[in-house]
Amino acid sequence: MRHRAADLALDATDRRILNALQDGFPLVPRPYAEAAGHLGLDEVELIARLKRMQEQGAVTRFGPFFDAAAMGGAFCLCAMAVPAARFDEVVSLVNAHAEVAHNYERAHRLNMWFVLATETPEAIERVAGEIEAATGLRVCRLPKEREFFVGFRVAA
Amino acid sequence: MRLDATDRAIVEATQAGLPLVPAPYAEIGAAVGLTEAEVIARMSEMQARGVIRRIALAPNHYALGLAANGMTVWDVADPRAEELGERVGELDFVSHCYLRPRALPDWPYNLFAMVHGCDRDEVESKRGRIASLLGPACRSSDILYSTRILKKTGLRLRHKGAS
Repeated sequence: MRHRAADLALDATDRRILNALQDGFPLVPRPYAEAAGHLGLDEVELIARLKRMQEQGAVTRFGPFFDAAAMGGAFCLCAMAVPAARFDEVVSLVNAHAEVAHNYERAHRLNMWFVLATETPEAIERVAGEIEAATGLRVCRLPKEREFFVGFRVAA
Repeated sequence: MRLDATDRAIVEATQAGLPLVPAPYAEIGAAVGLTEAEVIARMSEMQARGVIRRIALAPNHYALGLAANGMTVWDVADPRAEELGERVGELDFVSHCYLRPRALPDWPYNLFAMVHGCDRDEVESKRGRIASLLGPACRSSDILYSTRILKKTGLRLRHKGAS
């Protein structure tokens, strides 16, 4: 594992920042000053700590989170059962498509799971079909039909 | 794409993250040829439309000790799937919760819930909590652990004109 909590030596202030900013960040001219005020910090210190935590790898992403579907694009989770002997070859064929946003190997008969992200819904079908043609394997299309609200927060 | 060229330029300028400077929206504006006030107005409007879900920080789960995660999947009777999915999403250890079509015969599961924990034992015990919540409405279930990241680039809008 690349990062462990102990290696990062996050102090209590770092943890308060990580907890607070998961809930949102203001859209005002001096947002760091406003967020810092709620945390009892000043703007310069908040920016410096965020910079350090990004470099350390404690922060995966900081900024706007976009909904591809609301932009008119589309996402589709796909799964394939890839024979072990062909796994590396199929990884290359699948990953060669720029529309494959991420791809995970999972312990299951369906052992390759990837997300297609495209700017149009039609492009999902086109790319999935291209992958099937290139690999000779079925691509199970598992688009989301309903997303439930989650209140998940990582406690830092 | 339901974004005009200006919104699109803002998305492109911010998709890697917000600049760590005192006036980040002014800096984005300078990059795309807008004033700070225009950037703030456009981003507020995109947030209201749901194009921007939120502006926030995503911590690294691994760095914070949540080293294990499993994709739990459930075959839930269709008439109860909406109501039960709602309740599974409310559990504080579930980070993503979706209904998806089954892909028979390969895949009988319609409810997906990503579960996080410090280790696999914790993930398994949380999976047990979901099983009790679903009760007899759930006909079968499984859990898939990721064994390797094969690609991770996330969503990126391509620059207009690029192939």
